[in-house]
Amino acid sequence: MSAEGKLYLYPLWLRIWHGMNALCIIILIVTGLSMHYSTSILFKFESAVAVHNISGVVLTIFYVLFLAGNLVTENGKFYQIKTKGLKNRMQQQIKYYVSGMFKGETSPYPVTATRKFNPLQKYSYIGVMYIFVPLVIITGFALLFPETIIEDVYQVSGVMLTAIFHSIVGFFIMIFLFVHLYVASIGKSPVSNYKSMVTGWHS
Amino acid sequence: MLSSIRAILLLFVFSFLVVPVKSQMVAEENKLCIECHTSQSFTIHNDWTGMDETRLMNPFYILDTVRFVDGVHGAFQCIDCHSYEYETYPHNGELKLEPLMTCIDCHGGDDTYASYQFDRVEEEFEKSIHRELLGDQFTCSKCHDQHYYTPTARTSSSVKEIVEYSNNMCLSCHDNMIKYQLVSDKEKPQLVQIHDWLPNQELHFNRVRCIECHTVVQDSLMVSHNILPKEKATKNCVECHSSNSMLQASLYKYQNLRLRSGNAENDSVSSGEVYSGSFQFLSMNNIFSNQYYVIGASRIPLLNTIFVLIFVFTVAGIVTHAIFRFLKK
Ligand code: HEC
Ligand code: HEC
Ligand code: HEC
Ligand code: HEC
Ligand code: HEC
Ligand code: HEC
Ligand code: HEC
Repeated sequence: MSAEGKLYLYPLWLRIWHGMNALCIIILIVTGLSMHYSTSILFKFESAVAVHNISGVVLTIFYVLFLAGNLVTENGKFYQIKTKGLKNRMQQQIKYYVSGMFKGETSPYPVTATRKFNPLQKYSYIGVMYIFVPLVIITGFALLFPETIIEDVYQVSGVMLTAIFHSIVGFFIMIFLFVHLYVASIGKSPVSNYKSMVTGWHS
Repeated sequence: MLSSIRAILLLFVFSFLVVPVKSQMVAEENKLCIECHTSQSFTIHNDWTGMDETRLMNPFYILDTVRFVDGVHGAFQCIDCHSYEYETYPHNGELKLEPLMTCIDCHGGDDTYASYQFDRVEEEFEKSIHRELLGDQFTCSKCHDQHYYTPTARTSSSVKEIVEYSNNMCLSCHDNMIKYQLVSDKEKPQLVQIHDWLPNQELHFNRVRCIECHTVVQDSLMVSHNILPKEKATKNCVECHSSNSMLQASLYKYQNLRLRSGNAENDSVSSGEVYSGSFQFLSMNNIFSNQYYVIGASRIPLLNTIFVLIFVFTVAGIVTHAIFRFLKK
């Protein structure tokens, strides 16, 4: 499917998932930070807890949709790992971002119908969606039902270890979000990638 | 006047005391009482019928000797507090009306136990809502069983144990209709419903003491005894969930916890403690192993520093990159 050099890359279900995922994650970050630093700038503590819990559950539901979508549609293939020459490909992409793009070079891995992500994108997305998000979901649910957590691990409270792990993973997801949002501005024009996540068409 | 009566009473009590040595056994003199008062049934010789008869013991009159011996008054004889006339069975009916000594009768104004500040505790207790609503029938013994009392907040090295011991005092009544009706003929409110607004209620009840929310922390008093009216109980999460958590001043303040976590006193260190000791650098001078993770009360300053550093580097990277893009356009 292509019209005037445009690619229909992002089907509707994916855009809905992406939008909801983004919304939930932003809310989770804001409420998470507000609890972690116990500030009441935006939320009172108890509201932050409630909102955080609800968004976490919604995020999980959409995460399951995402997994299911990747199983039943073609989209899953974008996340297949190929280790051969991986280092090389990554280096190429990094080189492009660090210097190539300033010299007017073209992207070494332009977007095509079969290659939605460049190598750097692909592996950071795999890392986030298949490692970090599941970890944050599992630890999050454990904290929602703290009776499921081992009471003491060598005298250190199990809840404490889980909570610390949860906040570390959550923090890295936040860092990812910042980088993701910035890198998304590298496109035909600074806003074209944001637009395509709304319309579905990549230009 | 009253205090001289107390002094006499005290003398009286001490005159019965054989040098109080803590043994793991109930005082020999208590054997008689224990024989009946620790089992479900007891056997007596009925002089009228001339037969031995086994009867059921009133379940509320059965004592737990292990807890008794562990308690602060474990070296006591039963008849130090109860009338010696109990030695005969059937007990004299009049004895049911025998006035029993309260904590203050024995401990009030006694310098030996100054560190417990009994008199200040009493003062606070007199102000408490229980006293106000329920009057004189609400005595210290309603919370502190004289048979079993241990000052757990002082002696225990585990927050969990301290919390459990303390909360059981409240729950033994607020969660138990039989005891509740001793002091009130009103309907007992359901704790679970009243504290509906508190998420993870069970966890909170296991990890913080009721008195944390229901009293105002007193720096100079180990355990603040002034239970406030319910309107004054704290609903403010941030009192605990913040970096200057009031738990530092109440639940986590105890010397015994601090000593223990610093391994200052313990010469026998278990492997678990060595392990948690390696976490110590993370928590700086905090007690890591004996505290719970209270969201918001960031216990690990190092982690926050690392977070801020990574965040600053990320933003700096993005900004630099953006500037280059702008310039090279
Ligand atoms: C008296 C102190 C205190 C107050 C007040 C308090 N909390 Fe807590 N809370 C704690 C402690 C201690 C823990 C840690 C439990 C643990 O780590 O095992 C905790 C844990 C939690 C947790 C984490 C549960 C989990 O999954 O680990 C949440 C959520 C929470 N509190 C919310 C609240 C909210 C909302 C309020 C106010 C309505 C509140 N707390 C008021 C002491 C308090
Ligand atoms: C032969 C068994 C037996 C022995 C020995 C015995 N008791 Fe009792 N005690 C009872 C029974 C049964 C009751 C229940 C009330 C009753 O029947 O009088 C009771 C009740 C009591 C009560 C509660 C009285 C009330 O109704 O308020 C006290 C206090 C008490 N005993 C103390 C003692 C002490 C102290 C000793 C030892 C000096 C002792 N008893 C020895 C059987 C015994
Ligand atoms: C430090 C004082 C003290 C000692 C020692 C003591 N008692 Fe008591 N005992 C009391 C008080 C006070 C009460 C009344 C409790 C109340 O009113 O809540 C009581 C109540 C009782 C009761 C009635 C049941 C109840 O809980 O109300 C029995 C039975 C009893 N004691 C037996 C014993 C026996 C047996 C021993 C010895 C092993 C003993 N006591 C030692 C202070 C003491
Ligand atoms: C009949 C008098 C008497 C009554 C009533 C009494 N005590 Fe005691 N208490 C003593 C004596 C005597 C000791 C010392 C016992 C010993 O050293 O073995 C003691 C010890 C203690 C200790 C331990 C002090 C220490 O550092 O070892 C505490 C705490 C204590 N009592 C609290 C209470 C409380 C709380 C009450 C009321 C529920 C109470 N006592 C009722 C006489 C009494
Ligand atoms: C509403 C329940 C309640 C009542 C009533 C009550 N206390 Fe307490 N008391 C507690 C709790 C909870 C603790 C803390 C538990 C512990 O000892 O670890 C405590 C602790 C104590 C301690 C030990 C404090 C320390 O420094 O270690 C003493 C002593 C004491 N109470 C004396 C009294 C006296 C005396 C009275 C009556 C004037 C009284 N209490 C009435 C609940 C109560
Ligand atoms: C022997 C029973 C008993 C024990 C033990 C007890 N309470 Fe109570 N408490 C009552 C009764 C009965 C009332 C209800 C008074 C009324 O409404 O008339 C009450 C009322 C209260 C109230 C509500 C006061 C109000 O404003 O209506 C609070 C809060 C409270 N208790 C907290 C505690 C705490 C905390 C502890 C433990 C340290 C404790 N209680 C131990 C019997 C008890
Ligand atoms: C996180 C703080 C917190 C903790 C922990 C807590 N409470 Fe409360 N409690 C409150 C507040 C706030 C209220 C007033 C609720 C209201 O009025 O809606 C209250 C109300 C009550 C009442 C009054 C009931 C009524 O309506 O008459 C009782 C009794 C009570 N609590 C007992 C307990 C007991 C027992 C524990 C320990 C097992 C406990 N609370 C632990 C905060 C707390």
